[in-house]
Amino acid sequence: MAYRVAITGIGVICAIGNTREEFASGLREGRCGIGGITLADVSGLRFHNGAEVKGYVPEQHFEPRQLDVIDRFAQFAAVAAREAVSDSGIVWTDELRERCAIVTGSCVGGQTSEDQGFWDVYRLGKTRVHPMTIPRTMANAGASYISMDLALPGPAWTVSTACSSSNHAIGQAFHMVRAGDADVALAGGSEATFSFGILKAWEAMRVVSGETCRPFSKDRTGMVLGEGGAILMLEPLERAVARGAKIYAEIVGAGMSADANHITQPSVQGPVRAMRMALRDAGANVDEVEYINAHGTGTEANDATETAAIREVFGGHADRLAVSSTKSMHGHTLGAAGAIEAAATALALRDGFLPPTVNYRVADPRCDLDVVPNVGREAKIACAISNSFAFGGLNAVLLLRRLA
Amino acid sequence: MPGNVTEEVLDVIAATQRMPREKLTLDGRFEELGMDSMDAVNILFALEDKFNITIPDEAAKQIRNIREMVEGVQKLVDAKDAEPLPSAPEQAAQ
Repeated sequence: MAYRVAITGIGVICAIGNTREEFASGLREGRCGIGGITLADVSGLRFHNGAEVKGYVPEQHFEPRQLDVIDRFAQFAAVAAREAVSDSGIVWTDELRERCAIVTGSCVGGQTSEDQGFWDVYRLGKTRVHPMTIPRTMANAGASYISMDLALPGPAWTVSTACSSSNHAIGQAFHMVRAGDADVALAGGSEATFSFGILKAWEAMRVVSGETCRPFSKDRTGMVLGEGGAILMLEPLERAVARGAKIYAEIVGAGMSADANHITQPSVQGPVRAMRMALRDAGANVDEVEYINAHGTGTEANDATETAAIREVFGGHADRLAVSSTKSMHGHTLGAAGAIEAAATALALRDGFLPPTVNYRVADPRCDLDVVPNVGREAKIACAISNSFAFGGLNAVLLLRRLA
Repeated sequence: MPGNVTEEVLDVIAATQRMPREKLTLDGRFEELGMDSMDAVNILFALEDKFNITIPDEAAKQIRNIREMVEGVQKLVDAKDAEPLPSAPEQAAQ
């Protein structure tokens, strides 16, 4: 028995909105959340801009004692999960709690806490680090705090596949609910990347822009790091309809692949395989897809490769679909990217509105798709995909449909 | 240009790429030597470390062969020697 899987709740916190509806209006307005980094001292860095969450006061969400043990990345996971659950209006029973899966994605986990500990011992010559450095740092802390916070004692784990992490997480949760292995699932991911040591490591890779993120624009200068989290509530469509839940979209397919090629250089064929697998998983034809929320990092390597992959999968239909990169607004949130962009894709289906690729200036013949430049548009779409490709060549793609 | 910077740059490339030093010539293009963009990033890192310079991203993107790399390093080394305070090289190559 395969269940159809509905998204019945969404929680988001990121640079263009601290709640789902703020995020939705940011996408609609094409608001760019990129600005000067304030969370770390960037005076010794070649880049100074990032997409930080704004106006976030941890004490408004957590007790001071909790904050001693929860890194910012895990806070974002818990904040987004609370919003997704309350949005879904789900009524918990003891049995349902036990049958709820939690799958989160994170790339660097609590590295900010680890960085602080390293700073203390290596730089400041302290003889001890904060005793909660290990539990703050572990990448599964997001899943752990969601389970503790919401009293959900079912299966819970974390996937770490760099920038594809939360698409893999959502894909696994989707397959679990579809197969009946879980009655409901909270899936997504979170990331908080702004600490000096991590930023230095990104600087050394020479892929981060010194100004802003301009995906698919010929004058693009690289990616811009972002932070945040997003969690989706997934449940069987039939049950969601029976309890009168609102339904954002249905997840109908998930595809995954490895480039099996190079540790950082993207390939065309890896993303092609992942998109084709998602289409097959959904039983969808290429000409049904009307919108792609692109991986669209704004790097030299990604944008042309992704365009070529989309052209290979969709053929002539590639010229009839819209492709935008919302990273131009909320930055590249690494392990949270898939979840934030799946939320953006679900909202595009709900609202009948395609979010733009902002900061776009110059057409690039190697990125010659309709990238919805700078201004979003009304479009009552029925089927969309969300791409995530990662360093390490690990790709994950989700296929969503609006409920007819 | 003083020969020592050239020799040292070639040494750094050979060491970084685990490549015989004699395979490297000034006119060698990176793609002919089988190097991709991440190899280039590794070499730039090693050069910055060796010469204590900062190679800006924009300048780095223009470099296509070893000669341009040597010239770029030479320029930054000269700028560093002319300006004893350790903040100038970033501007120097704009």
